[in-house]
Amino acid sequence: MTVKRFPIEASHIMMFARSVGDDNQIYYDADYAKKTEPGTIIAPPTFVQASAQFDPDYFLRPKIGQPWFGSGKEPTGIKRQAGGGGGGGGGGLHAEQHYEYHRQVKVGDVLTATVKPGKTWEKEGKRSGKLVFSESITEYRDQKGELVVTARGVGVRTERVVEQK
Amino acid sequence: MALKASELKVGDTYTERVVEDLKRTQIVQYAGTSGDYNPLHTDEIFTTKVAGYPSVFAHGMLTMGMTGKMLTNYVGDGRLTKYGVRFTSQVWPGDTLDATATVEAIRKEGKQSFVDLVVTTVNQNGVEVLKGSATARVD
Repeated sequence: MTVKRFPIEASHIMMFARSVGDDNQIYYDADYAKKTEPGTIIAPPTFVQASAQFDPDYFLRPKIGQPWFGSGKEPTGIKRQAGGGGGGGGGGLHAEQHYEYHRQVKVGDVLTATVKPGKTWEKEGKRSGKLVFSESITEYRDQKGELVVTARGVGVRTERVVEQK
Repeated sequence: MALKASELKVGDTYTERVVEDLKRTQIVQYAGTSGDYNPLHTDEIFTTKVAGYPSVFAHGMLTMGMTGKMLTNYVGDGRLTKYGVRFTSQVWPGDTLDATATVEAIRKEGKQSFVDLVVTTVNQNGVEVLKGSATARVD
């Protein structure tokens, strides 16, 4: 995943904060935000994940005119496209996510996201058979090329569905 | 609002209930804002008949996002420098989650003080669904 242009917009932040159940005024009220330490509307800590919205090829979004593996009235039998680590899909799940904030993401920023593959490793799991982990590092940079957030995601593909306890 | 190093001690905890009886609609909301439309989170037919899970379940990132709300309420806005987690168990519709930060260390880098936190989120059965750590600037 590479995102050439991830504009940080107030309405997107407002909706994202609502979706994680966060009613902090700093995420939707510009006048209130002015009086806070950051001095402006900032993004919640996990917001950069929403850069997927600006990735034209993101594999977990239905695309116009293309087959989608989710069901209609019944399952479609369409197999999901292969996709990189990070979030889940098919037999894949999101195992870990780590962020390092070099500065706050603010409304008006226009970020880019560049992804580099990291390590891969295997483990035998009690509840799901062989586990294959793969790591990816995403660098979010601002309009000046300065590093804003470094993200490290780990995805895991399981041999079988995770057994429920 | 920000924490003061002089008022913190190792072992201090802060807990918030970050969701009660998680609604399927909130999972749909999160799919819409994050852009992760994996049917495992919103499409019961796909998830039960094709993927073989008992029902749709929350995005790990929704749990991380809800836990992040506890963190920013505790350390103040714009204060986090690091936040990382492992997803240790799935979160299902109907779950109630309590997120806790525990002070692990208070330290200085130059003139700036930081607090290192252990972060855990548990469900209504006491099962840990998320475990991680965070660091924040403190006064």
